[in-house]
Amino acid sequence: MINENEMKLEFLSKSNNEAFARITVAAFVASLDPTIEEISDIKTAVSEAVTNAIVHGYEDKLGLINLRCKIQDRKILIEISDNGKGIENIEMAKQPLYTSKPNLERSGMGFTIMESFMDELKVESVLGLGTKVTMSKVIKETQKNDEVTLEEALRG
Amino acid sequence: MEVRYYNQERLLLFKVTEEIDECKVKKIRRRADYEIERFMPKRVVFDFNSVSFMDSAGIGMVIGRYKQTTMLGGKFELTNLTDSVRKIFEMSGVLKLIPEVNLEEEFSGTQKEEVI
Ligand SMILES: Nc1ncnc2c1ncn2[C@@H]1O[C@H](COP(=O)(O)OP(=O)(O)OP(=O)(O)O)[C@@H](O)[C@H]1O
Ligand SMILES: [Mg+2]
Repeated sequence: MINENEMKLEFLSKSNNEAFARITVAAFVASLDPTIEEISDIKTAVSEAVTNAIVHGYEDKLGLINLRCKIQDRKILIEISDNGKGIENIEMAKQPLYTSKPNLERSGMGFTIMESFMDELKVESVLGLGTKVTMSKVIKETQKNDEVTLEEALRG
Repeated sequence: MEVRYYNQERLLLFKVTEEIDECKVKKIRRRADYEIERFMPKRVVFDFNSVSFMDSAGIGMVIGRYKQTTMLGGKFELTNLTDSVRKIFEMSGVLKLIPEVNLEEEFSGTQKEEVI
């Protein structure tokens, strides 16, 4: 029998929900016994996508962000979507160092981090309607001596 | 964030204790700029030992303080990078621009005079 699980979360585009979202996902994947590095990679990728929805999608206006997670066997799928302003040129947006807000000390590394910390990244966007980011990662089955407990996952 | 200033060395040390993301970075930035302008230090060091999480917000924050410090004639350095922090600084090229130091080693045996 294959291991399956699913969860859905909807929250307001407030910046203190960045930590809430990544900690929730970390707790959700804890059942797959990820390493500290795997959990940290996933948390960072979630934080990037949620922050983008808040600062670019809604540009600090209030809106709803949807987060869906699925576990399929040893794979975690994460989908983060907003109904914000959308991305005009996705290829350009994904380039390392590209940012539309350089004056605010943004580095333009968000998509590059998501891409390299996760196995797969897909970005869909319609101008004026919103953006959906889908990412996945396979949690390796290894002999672990640095296993994260739920407590540790929730801490950081 | 804990702030210490070592008068003799004119060294300003920031020990970041919070998670570094878009939400928390504003406060860190404001405090750091205030102290850098107040002390006009010769060296500014950011200590990441107690940082349990950092995303791309940390890249912009560190590069911003690097520019601020060097503009005022000081040197900017990083210390105690954790594995996850190092991974992000490495892939974004921050470590090619900003040197990493080991203050414990540098100051071992010497008595430092703290002001704050
Ligand atoms: N959800 C979104 N809605 C609208 N535009 C977006 C969204 N996500 C990303 N973008 C656009 O894509 C660009 C690149 O995003 P990326 O996360 O790589 O960099 P950044 O957010 O600008 O900087 P950093 O993430 O390093 O702070 C953004 O500057 C923005 O123009
Ligand atoms: Mg971003």
